[in-house]
Amino acid sequence: MNAQTPIRTPTPGQPLSNAYAWPDAQGRFGPYGGQFVAETLMPLIHELDAAYKAAKADPSFQAELDGFLTHYVGRESPLYFAERLTDHFGGARIWLKREDLNHTGAHKINNCMGQILLARRMGKTRIIAETGAGQHGVASATVSARFGLPCTVYMGAVDVERQQPNVFRMRLLGSEVFSVTAGAATLKDAMNEAMRDWVTNVSDTYYIIGTAAGPHPYPAMVRDFQSVIGKEIKTQSMARMGKLPEAVVACIGGGSNAIGAFHPFIDDAAVRLIGVEAAGHGLDTPDHAASLKGGRSGVLHGNRTYLLQDDDGNIVEGHSISAGLDYPGIGPEHAWLHDIGRAEYRSATDNEALEAFQLCSKLEGIIPALEPAHALARTGEVAREVGKGGDVVLLMSGRGDKDIFQVAKHLGVEL
Amino acid sequence: MTTARIDARFAALKAEGRAAFIPYVMGGDPSREEALAILKGLPAAGADIIELGFPFSDPMAEGPPIQRAAIRGLKAGFGLRSTMDLAREFRKGDDVTPIVLMGYLNPIESLGYDAFAAYAADCGIDGLIVVDCPPEEAGPLIAALDKVSISLIRLATPTSDDARLKIVVQGTSGFVYYVAVAGVTGVKEANADVVAPAVMRVRKASGLPVAVGFGVKTPERAAEIARVADAVVVGSALVDEVAAALEAGEAVAPRVLARVKALGDAVRSVRTGASLAETV
Repeated sequence: MNAQTPIRTPTPGQPLSNAYAWPDAQGRFGPYGGQFVAETLMPLIHELDAAYKAAKADPSFQAELDGFLTHYVGRESPLYFAERLTDHFGGARIWLKREDLNHTGAHKINNCMGQILLARRMGKTRIIAETGAGQHGVASATVSARFGLPCTVYMGAVDVERQQPNVFRMRLLGSEVFSVTAGAATLKDAMNEAMRDWVTNVSDTYYIIGTAAGPHPYPAMVRDFQSVIGKEIKTQSMARMGKLPEAVVACIGGGSNAIGAFHPFIDDAAVRLIGVEAAGHGLDTPDHAASLKGGRSGVLHGNRTYLLQDDDGNIVEGHSISAGLDYPGIGPEHAWLHDIGRAEYRSATDNEALEAFQLCSKLEGIIPALEPAHALARTGEVAREVGKGGDVVLLMSGRGDKDIFQVAKHLGVEL
Repeated sequence: MTTARIDARFAALKAEGRAAFIPYVMGGDPSREEALAILKGLPAAGADIIELGFPFSDPMAEGPPIQRAAIRGLKAGFGLRSTMDLAREFRKGDDVTPIVLMGYLNPIESLGYDAFAAYAADCGIDGLIVVDCPPEEAGPLIAALDKVSISLIRLATPTSDDARLKIVVQGTSGFVYYVAVAGVTGVKEANADVVAPAVMRVRKASGLPVAVGFGVKTPERAAEIARVADAVVVGSALVDEVAAALEAGEAVAPRVLARVKALGDAVRSVRTGASLAETV
C-alpha cells in the first residue's frame, strides 16, 4: 500500500533528468524506505544518520576508506572481457566486474569497511551483523578483526547448517556466531535477532546491516559504500570500450551489489540496468525469493518495500538455492527504480543458476557464487537483445568456493 | 483523538487513587476458544484495560515468550482480523473495559489503513500500539484512526531525551506507554527507582497517564511499579503461563487468569504515590 505521501514523482517509463537525488530528507524513495523501527531505536538511527552525513562531508573519512579499499580490499577490481562467454552467447561483448577478487571473495567487504570506519568514528565498541550465506558475516568478522572490535554475527540455524565453511571462517576471525532458531531460522530471522540485540545494547553497539535495506540511513549508506563498484565500471568502460556499456546486469537478494553497480548509471538513461531475482523453483510456485515479481508493498526490518507476504500480512519465507538471495524483501531503492521503470527486473530459477554456474566455470575458468550465477543466467538473453558490437557488464559479485558442496549435492555428486 | 472508554477508566482509577492493571494476551493463543475464555475472564480477574496482541511472523521487539505466543497464535490460524474478531465477541458482554490492540505495522498496511480502522472500530477497539511505527511514519495511520476515534498510543523509552519526548507525545491521546527497559519484552527487569523519574518526565511532557511495561513479571514488581506509574502492563509472564499450561496438560484459561488475579491484586494493594499524583 502506498499510503505515504509520495513527493517528487517522475513519470514512469520516462528517462530521468540529472536530478535523481533519492532518498528524500525522510529517507524515502518515493513511497518506499523510511524509518519503521521501535521507538527505542529512533534516537540511535538519528545519531547514525547525523554521523554518516558528517563523515560523508569529511574528505579525511573518504581518504581513509579509499586507503583501506586499495590496500586491504584490493580495489580496484578488474573489468574482465569474457571472450568465451561472449562467443557462447553470440551477442554483445560480455564483461565481468570481478568483485569476486576482493578480499573475502565478494562485494560485501566494500560496505563493511565503510561502516566499521564509521562505527569507529562514532566511538562504538561492539559490532553486530546478520548474515544469510555467510558472506556478509565473514566480511563483518574480517573488518572487526582488523580493527580489534568484538563482533557477534546472527545467522539462521538453517543457514549455519548449510554454510559450515563460512561459520568456521567467522569463528576463526574471532567473531561469535549466534545460531538463530526463532521463526524460520534463516536470514530474515537473523535480522530480527540482530535488531533485538541492537535495541538491548543501545549505547555501545554498531549494527552493520549487510544489504541496502533497513531503516534510513542504511539503504542510502550501503548504496553509497557499494557505489564504488559502479563508479569503477564507468571509468573502466570508458577506458576499455571508449563508451558506457549498453547494459549492466546484477543479481538481487536485498540488492546491495546491484544498487552499487546501478546507482552511478541512473542518470545515464541509455544504460539499461537489469536486476535478476531468484525464482527458486519458479515464480508460479510458492518457492521463490522474487519480492518484486512475486510480492507486494509492505513494512519489514525498518523500511517499506516489496515483500513476500500472505493475505494477513505475515512474511513468507523466500526460497532459493542461493542462501544469499532467499530474503523475502528487497532494498527500497530497487522497489522505487522498479516502479518508475528506470531499472528492469527479471528472474532466474535454481536450475538456470546451476547451469550458469557450470557454464562460467567451464568457459572462463571462473567459479562464480550461486548469487551472480542467477545474473549470468539472464546475461545471454540480454547480450542478444543488445546485439553484436554492444557491451554488457555482468556483476560477478562473489566467488563460488562457498557453494561447491551445495552445487555438488544438487548435481548428485558426493564429495 | 480521545476515546471515551480509556479516558473514563483512567478518570475512575484516579478517583480511586490507584494504578491500572493492564494484562497483555495474544489473539488465538493457543486456540480461539481458549483465547476467548481468557479474554472474557480478564475483567473479573482484575484487568482494568486489556492489551490484545495480534500474531505477526516477525515480532522484532519481542523476547522469546511473546515470540512463542505469536507462533502459537499463527499456528491456530490467527492474524490481525481474527484477533479483532475476538474483541468483537468480547464486546458482546463488556462495553466498558478498554481494549488496546498491539502489534506490528505490516498486517495493518496489508489490510489498508482505512479498512483496518473501520474494522477495528466495529470490533470495539479503543487504542492501538504499533511497535514499528514511530511518529515520523505515523501520519497516514493517525489520519485513518482519527476518523473512528481510536487512539494511537505512543511509546516513550529510556532512549527518549526531552527533545525526542516532545515529538513522541505530540498530538497523542489516551495514555503513553513507557517502555521501562532498553530491550525486547520479557527479558530485563524493570527497576522502579529508575522508572519513577522517567514516568514523571513523560507525564509532564504529555499531560496523560503513563503505563509502564517491558520487564514486569511478578506481583512484587507489579506493586512496586504501581506505586510510581498510572498503569502496569504485564505480558510475557502471562503468555508464559499459556506455555506452561500446555506443557503440563492443564486447562489454559484458569491458569492464566489465576496469574492475572495475583498480579491485579498486587496492583490494587498499593496507592499511587501522593507526590506523583500531584503532578498530574
